[in-house]
Amino acid sequence: MSNVNIPVRKFDAVIVGAGGAGLRAAIQLSEAGLKTAVLSKVFPTRSHTVAAQGGVSASLGNSEQDHWHWHMYDTVKGSDWLGDQDAIEYMCRKAPEVVVELEHFGMPFDRTDEGKIYQRPFGGHMSNFGEKPVRRACAAADRTGHAMLHALYQRNVRANTQFFVEWMALDLIRDAEGQVLGVIALEMETGEIVAFHAKATVFATGGAGRIFHSSTNAFINTGDGLGMAARAGIPLEDMEFWQFHPTGVAGAGVLITEGVRGEGGILRNSSNERFMERYAPNAKDLASRDVVSRAMVTEINEGRGCGPNKDFVLLDITHLDPATIMKRLPGIREISIQFAGIDPIKAPIPVVPTCHYQMGGIPTNYHGEVLDANGQVVKGFYAAGECACASVHGANRLGTNSLLDLLVFGKASGDSVVDALRKDAVAHKDLPANFADRTLARINRLNTQTGGANVNDTRLAMQRTMQNHCGVFRFKDKLEEGVRKILEIEKEVARTEIKDKSQVWNTARVEALELDNLIEVAKATMISAEARKESRGAHVRDDAPDTPENPNGRDDKNWHKHTLWQRDGNKLSYKPVTMTPLSVETIALKTRSY
Amino acid sequence: MDREALNRLRWRCTRRAMLEMDLLLGKFLDERFPALTPAQAEAFAVLADMEDLELWPLVNGTQHCQDPLQAEIVAMLRDVRVK
Ligand SMILES: Cc1cc2nc3c(=O)[nH]c(=O)nc-3n(C[C@H](O)[C@H](O)[C@H](O)COP(=O)(O)OP(=O)(O)OC[C@H]3O[C@@H](n4cnc5c(N)ncnc54)[C@H](O)[C@@H]3O)c2cc1C
Repeated sequence: MSNVNIPVRKFDAVIVGAGGAGLRAAIQLSEAGLKTAVLSKVFPTRSHTVAAQGGVSASLGNSEQDHWHWHMYDTVKGSDWLGDQDAIEYMCRKAPEVVVELEHFGMPFDRTDEGKIYQRPFGGHMSNFGEKPVRRACAAADRTGHAMLHALYQRNVRANTQFFVEWMALDLIRDAEGQVLGVIALEMETGEIVAFHAKATVFATGGAGRIFHSSTNAFINTGDGLGMAARAGIPLEDMEFWQFHPTGVAGAGVLITEGVRGEGGILRNSSNERFMERYAPNAKDLASRDVVSRAMVTEINEGRGCGPNKDFVLLDITHLDPATIMKRLPGIREISIQFAGIDPIKAPIPVVPTCHYQMGGIPTNYHGEVLDANGQVVKGFYAAGECACASVHGANRLGTNSLLDLLVFGKASGDSVVDALRKDAVAHKDLPANFADRTLARINRLNTQTGGANVNDTRLAMQRTMQNHCGVFRFKDKLEEGVRKILEIEKEVARTEIKDKSQVWNTARVEALELDNLIEVAKATMISAEARKESRGAHVRDDAPDTPENPNGRDDKNWHKHTLWQRDGNKLSYKPVTMTPLSVETIALKTRSY
Repeated sequence: MDREALNRLRWRCTRRAMLEMDLLLGKFLDERFPALTPAQAEAFAVLADMEDLELWPLVNGTQHCQDPLQAEIVAMLRDVRVK
């Protein structure tokens, strides 16, 4: 197939991704009368946003006094001062507006007796600049993400957004001036390759948590947006920062809620020792997520892990009354039985720190416009949600801030597109002659490869390497070796072979194409992490310990800056953190302690 | 079931909103699906078409299935072990 044979469909705007961020952006565009296409690998309400249960943050002050400035302070502190303060102010100020808007779209929030949106406390969210916990999380029972997607989807249907379901975007189209002119995509049902020619392209493709062996993320999170951006010469920002959850079921990754330790669950090593007593004598098993995760990894690294490979620890609730387990922790028994093969009433559950959330991503400003390595806006290109880095989460995200991120920056990116298209009411710029060459070369390579690497094996090798060399607790030697290994695995990814060469519903091909994206994210992560010689937020290095000069191992003098990784030559560069908010004073650097 | 239909079903079973469902339905498809009767396969397809937050409560036993054939499949799903 050549460029001339590729059907071209024209839209004002194309959005890749139909999770919270993509759907929120689409509303702005369609309601402004723009002809909008939304592409998704799955039906919109099957996007990963559904998995979010905890809630969405906004300083509504419905249950007690609250203020966006306090929310901003918490977010800056949570980010370990790596978040950009203009973007953080923007997000926290906009939060009440976007949440109330969502309510008007039909979101069934839990309510107080007076009929206001009910709010509950959530880790890291405080009143009066870090004084005491505040009720800021808005939820719809334990199905907040699900309810959010349904409300946003219905609104889009009303606004005539055109959905392309079970379509996979493969690459960005960029012209010689660097302007983005749409995407090339694959329709799974026909195997057809189509160009979506657009005046504006919005990426809302979600996270890439599947680069790790142990991940709470669903299989769909393969970082396609990041891979496409990287191949098109766009840098990826702060990819060394990944949030881990301490208790994922070993092997499967399925999340065991913090509530289990809240109800008295105890972590044990191979000698049955309650090891958290050594690391956190007061809080013990209820210490903060990062402290618990690091203790677990230390136990495993020092040979006190459990199982034949000594590669997990145990979460023990066998001392609890079975009736309490059934009543207070519904579903946990089923999860343990199905995903660990263990009845937790009788035996402890094997757990490991598990990748949960990606803080870094495609660099944007707070308008959702994508920035190149020089900080210049890339014309025609926007990004929002977990695939983007605005940067509001910096080195560590606060719970409930990501659903907020989707709403605020989904909407902002949509507004930016509407503005841009109004300002220069231009016709579509011509597609360059070679617009699909790179994509077609990739597909042709897959169709003709013989004697190549198996996709599953290669993915697994990548995931194991990321987990062992770039996990929740990082070591100089392991990172250096990790870089070498991941570059070796990249060579295997370049020669993957699929046995099924058919056109229609070729899932083997799709999985190989997903792996092309995963490997870009894995490289960005490993290389950025190896280079950052400090500990900050979720990036914790054994050789950057807590000292009086560098509390928590954070080295502001040398490392208070954003990483930018570029695919070409694996080049790293750095850019300053924006410390000037929009209207208030800078929240000055301080040691992060709770 | 032909290759196309099976691949479509596989995609819909392993690209879901929740990791739990990816794991369970994927494993079910490999291990149990080939031995199902056509009627059972049909019932499974209906379940697989549900949204995760409809299906998950059935699988983890907090809700129950009305349709007997679907209940049979749900019981099999509850038996799947992902380790
Ligand atoms: C278990 C779990 C619980 C969580 N709980 C919370 C919580 O309580 N509160 C909170 O704030 N955050 C929570 N998070 C984080 C939050 O859910 C995510 O960050 C957020 O939902 C991401 O939304 P998104 O719109 O960016 O992407 P997603 O919802 O992941 O959507 C991505 C979309 O992109 C599409 N897509 C991807 N690649 C392509 C491609 N190549 N072509 C076409 N389409 C593509 C997909 O089909 C999908 O529609 C949780 C995360 C997990 C894993």
